[in-house]
Amino acid sequence: MDGDLKARNRTVGAALRHDSARKHTTGEAAYADDLPEPPGLLHAALVPSPVAHGRILDLDLSPALAVPGVVMALGPADIPGKNDISSSGRSVEPLFAEGLVEHWGQTLALVLAETRDAALLGARAVRPRIEALVPVLRIEEALERQQLLLPPMVMARGDAQAALAAAPRRLSGEFRCGGQEHFYLEGQIAIAIPGEDGEQTVISSTQHPTEVQHIVSRVLGCDYNRITVECRRMGGGFGGKESNASWIAAAAALGARATGRPVKLRLPRKADIAATGKRHPFLYRFDVGFDDTGRVLALDATLAADGGHTLDLSGGVIMRAVTHALNCYDVPDVRITGLVAKTNTVSNTAFRGFGGPQGALLMEEVLHRVAAATAQHVDAARERNFAGGPNGGETPYGQPLEGDLIRRVWAEAKADARIEQRRAEIAAFNAAHPYLRRGLGGFALAFGISFGLLHLNQAGALVHVYTDGSIRLNHGGTEMGQGLFIKVAQVVAEVFGVPIERVGITRTSTAEVPNTAPTAASTGSDLNGWAAHAAASAIRGRMAEVAAEQWNVPADEIRFEDGLVRHGNRAMEFGDLAELCWKKRVSLSATGFYRTPDLSWDPVAMKGRPFFYFSYGAAFAEVVVDTLTGEHRVLAADLVQDCGRSLNPAIDRGQIEGGFVQGLGWLTCEELWWDKEGRLRTLGPSTYKIPGSRDVPPALRVRLLDSAPARVETIFRSKAVGEPPLLLATAVWNALRDATGLAALDLPATPERVLMALRAKG
Amino acid sequence: MDTIVSFFLNDKPVRIPPGTSPTMTLLDWLRGPGRLTGTKEGCAEGDCGACTVVLERHGRRMPVNACLLLLGQLHRRRVRTVEGLGGAHPAQTLMAESDGTQCGFCTPGIVMSLYAHAQEGGDPHEALAGNLCRCTGYRPILDAIARLPPEPPSCGQDEAPPAARFETADQVFHLPNRLADLLDLRAADPAAWLLAGGTDLGLRVSEHRERPPSVICVQNVPDLSAIESRPEGLVVGAAVPYRDLLALCEAEAGFEPLRPYLGRLGSRQIRSLGTVGGNLGTASPIGDMLPPLVALGARVRLASRRGERVLPVEEFLLDYRRTALAEDEVILSVFLPRPPAGRLFVVEKLSRRHDQDISAVAMAATLDVADGVVRGARLAFGGMAATARRAEATEAALLGRPLAEESFAAAAEALRLDFSPLSDWRGSAEYRLAAAGGLLRRLFWRAAAKDLPHDVMSVPAPHAPAFAAGTA
Ligand SMILES: Cc1cc2nc3c(=O)[nH]c(=O)nc-3n(C[C@H](O)[C@H](O)[C@H](O)COP(=O)(O)OP(=O)(O)OC[C@H]3O[C@@H](n4cnc5c(N)ncnc54)[C@H](O)[C@@H]3O)c2cc1C
Ligand code: FES
Ligand code: FES
Repeated sequence: MDGDLKARNRTVGAALRHDSARKHTTGEAAYADDLPEPPGLLHAALVPSPVAHGRILDLDLSPALAVPGVVMALGPADIPGKNDISSSGRSVEPLFAEGLVEHWGQTLALVLAETRDAALLGARAVRPRIEALVPVLRIEEALERQQLLLPPMVMARGDAQAALAAAPRRLSGEFRCGGQEHFYLEGQIAIAIPGEDGEQTVISSTQHPTEVQHIVSRVLGCDYNRITVECRRMGGGFGGKESNASWIAAAAALGARATGRPVKLRLPRKADIAATGKRHPFLYRFDVGFDDTGRVLALDATLAADGGHTLDLSGGVIMRAVTHALNCYDVPDVRITGLVAKTNTVSNTAFRGFGGPQGALLMEEVLHRVAAATAQHVDAARERNFAGGPNGGETPYGQPLEGDLIRRVWAEAKADARIEQRRAEIAAFNAAHPYLRRGLGGFALAFGISFGLLHLNQAGALVHVYTDGSIRLNHGGTEMGQGLFIKVAQVVAEVFGVPIERVGITRTSTAEVPNTAPTAASTGSDLNGWAAHAAASAIRGRMAEVAAEQWNVPADEIRFEDGLVRHGNRAMEFGDLAELCWKKRVSLSATGFYRTPDLSWDPVAMKGRPFFYFSYGAAFAEVVVDTLTGEHRVLAADLVQDCGRSLNPAIDRGQIEGGFVQGLGWLTCEELWWDKEGRLRTLGPSTYKIPGSRDVPPALRVRLLDSAPARVETIFRSKAVGEPPLLLATAVWNALRDATGLAALDLPATPERVLMALRAKG
Repeated sequence: MDTIVSFFLNDKPVRIPPGTSPTMTLLDWLRGPGRLTGTKEGCAEGDCGACTVVLERHGRRMPVNACLLLLGQLHRRRVRTVEGLGGAHPAQTLMAESDGTQCGFCTPGIVMSLYAHAQEGGDPHEALAGNLCRCTGYRPILDAIARLPPEPPSCGQDEAPPAARFETADQVFHLPNRLADLLDLRAADPAAWLLAGGTDLGLRVSEHRERPPSVICVQNVPDLSAIESRPEGLVVGAAVPYRDLLALCEAEAGFEPLRPYLGRLGSRQIRSLGTVGGNLGTASPIGDMLPPLVALGARVRLASRRGERVLPVEEFLLDYRRTALAEDEVILSVFLPRPPAGRLFVVEKLSRRHDQDISAVAMAATLDVADGVVRGARLAFGGMAATARRAEATEAALLGRPLAEESFAAAAEALRLDFSPLSDWRGSAEYRLAAAGGLLRRLFWRAAAKDLPHDVMSVPAPHAPAFAAGTA
């Protein structure tokens, strides 16, 4: 297939623009709230809990009804189906709190009104009577009380305890990282429109239309076939609309069911931040054994995630954290224990990287400590411990890593960053300046691609060819800005050999492609690309038969290229062949299905092959720190990212840069701040600071790893790129340590943390 | 007297039907009755920029947050939304061509900021400070800006608007155009919202969904919009937006240090509307204008029907969000004494993010050094107490001391005598004290080693974006 591709004027691999780019710039691209409102639309607002933990004594909704314009108010008793929005369907996670409230801002009820302002006023008028209980807000506290949402997850190889005891040297440590608010620019929104026979169409800003369908049905107590969920595009998702979109939609659908009128629920920013899950904060404790050369021999570590008050997707998050805790390094005897602590905070959820970014921090800390103890540069310690080569080449769960690719991305990033020369420049600057300190930090990554839950690794597509040769493409993936739609369209255009303009992109709908997986885990184009490829190939095969018959040649000699169908020097327009197929009564429509091959996972033994392949990357970042104030900034970053053979380098570059900057935010300036009562006080962009344009390194050099087609059969040998680049920002943490000489620096490394750590160090 | 809100929207006249709340935000109006949904809501608090539209006044383009702007404020103005750019403006085509859009939700606002920037020019990061993008990492947007062809301001002088009064069943919105009328209105209705740019008050509508019964907007009163440069200092009308003050400081001897500092106050959107009078009126402990006003020994001029009076800013600020303003008074102007040549004037702001963030600590200092000895020091801090104020013990600790690092380090210790700050999400008490001390020590280096890069932003980094796609 590869040689064939190279010969052609390829659509796949072209740096095509996002399909909606022009419409984005004119304002024509419509998001859920931009659609014309259906007649009779009601607006909904959530009633939030005013306390972090307590027993509900009385929830009187009548004050809401007294507000002019309010039509109805709904509480737990008004739910016809189940008051359960859990993705698994197995743990009870209520839509409306019943009995207990477990976090500040938790939803208690829903108010429906003729206008949004009336709904918001109505919601504010409700004064629930709640007997306050003491909230547990910190991971440490939850661990002391044994408040866990899941049994401990243990991944082990060899005998870590024995190896620790036998190791020439040993040390232990503890550190923390913070959570992260998604801050998708478009807040959560759903519009539920009732139809006949209990049907509803739900327009949802969601990464997972199928789950929206399931949870709406569960809450309403109806069959899945009553509910159609649609999403043309999201104004950002990042994992925040994977499970959280479902309950927003369920609330709107409940309102529509109760009133018989269309209902829109659009959360104001503060309500959104208060009520929806975030990236999990983590607490780390570790014991490491090593030798004088800095080779890590044994590691026993606990990664404790703050799950918030319910499970949500925490099981998957901790699994990915645990499986990424060694990142691209080898430790012969190892035990990693993953815990999910239950606290009285909002239930944490998926966020780009899904626990991977948190997991990968462990070895950074370990290697820094080991390097310091063995008086070597941390990068030397890295190289000493990379998986493969002289070291073991398998992950503790038994999947091989490509040691050559780890070393290759690392070497290329090092070369790109000219680190020897930069180190000398930095040393000269630091020697001359009274209080500013520069530093350089590196990072290397192996990120596993596939859903941790095996059954999610599947996708469907539906392709139609019309008799004018135009193509309609639909698949189960959702578009949140990541460029999935254009990438999949490129695949289809490639299969039919037509210009990309012939492929019509359509909204995601559970009515067209059912039973889908979320668009998450970086798998969007891997899965949907193949599914669309299968559908398109099926049609192309039928079309080739017709052409072959027409020209009386073998079907496998028919080529589809440049908008034409060819054999030797005979050719016809793609559209003419489509017309011919129709006349010959040959179907021009097909579904496609794909499931990722060769995956296996034993969740008890924590062994198997959970990932189809690994995506590799490496980065160097340079920072400057003001040791008087703790202020810092990233001056430069060099990133090398493995995208296999990129489907679209322009889109991939966008993912790399955007992911890096998002990671930078998580590690440096974004901080969630709860007060003593457990109220989150960073509820909007005025207090929760995501990076701005000036925070992007002025010298940001991004390179896609050259000539590195995926070694397994991915779609056109490309690799996923949604999540891995976010982790490359870890280089910034390392650069901050290099600049300051700080042995410990908890995250996010805000100016305050940096300054206070410097002062503590003296 | 006008009684119906009217304005030009994308060059077409619009009359708002009577009965519409004059305090409806422009954003709500556009997305609702206006049926122009290109302008987005990302936060409704002025911080994300998704709602950015452009006001066109006197031939100049000013980006503003539609989520903060009230319909009444728009009367007789010209506003342009993304729909009014025609689809092929370079701000649009370049954003698309540079891959400057991913989810696209921030894009219309960014396009409008670029449309204004094409005329405004200057630092691209200042142009983008009021626009958040969560997807792209900004690099492609900066590329689009770098390629944006400059556009000259068109010459045009909008006529002075007549007085206006918009009344509905439960609200009244006054737009007086004479000082005497303003003072009469204020005296008659001390409970009314006195609205200048609305970047503080607008939040009460946009975010908290309040409907004030009565609003008096000062924006059209010429006396409050005047600027005068005198040898001894600047007289700045209370309703002069930061945008104009910033341009003034750039040009006025002695006031240059205020320029970069003002460049970090809010964003261009906020500075198009926000005023010094509003900062004084809010009297927040983290109001950024207050430390420099205090350090410079600025004086406010207050007016009421009873007459005018002048107060030092230090005496005007009483306590947490409390001022000496009487209920029938308005702030007319503020006088900023010009720092003499030779006096060091430094203004500093510490915040989690460099741009568009509220200060954790702000410091304004004037320092007179003769023969290597500190002869005079006025140090004013924001974020350290209930109101911006001077650090008197710290000043005393510096006076008469040699210009040496130890003097400033010792003075930093005295900060504990002056302040016991609060802890909140912007910083703990300990951090505020430590960081304020750091600013003092940095002040020494600014005074003693003028050629050093003094802060992380002054360390040069080559702007060398580069990209190589795999050739596979
Ligand atoms: C996104 C955003 C970012 C911001 N960033 C900053 C920042 O970095 N630093 C900072 O200091 N502030 C910041 N602010 C706050 C605000 O912009 C400033 O305080 C600004 O100076 C307020 O001016 P205004 O004209 O908009 O005030 P308004 O909102 O119109 O009024 C504010 C108060 O002042 C009173 N007032 C206004 N004019 C007069 C007058 N002539 N006489 C008497 N009283 C008067 C009003 O009655 C009201 O109480 C920010 C605000 C937003 C929304
Ligand atoms: S909506 Fe965010 S600034 Fe207006
Ligand atoms: S493109 Fe999504 S926020 Fe900017």
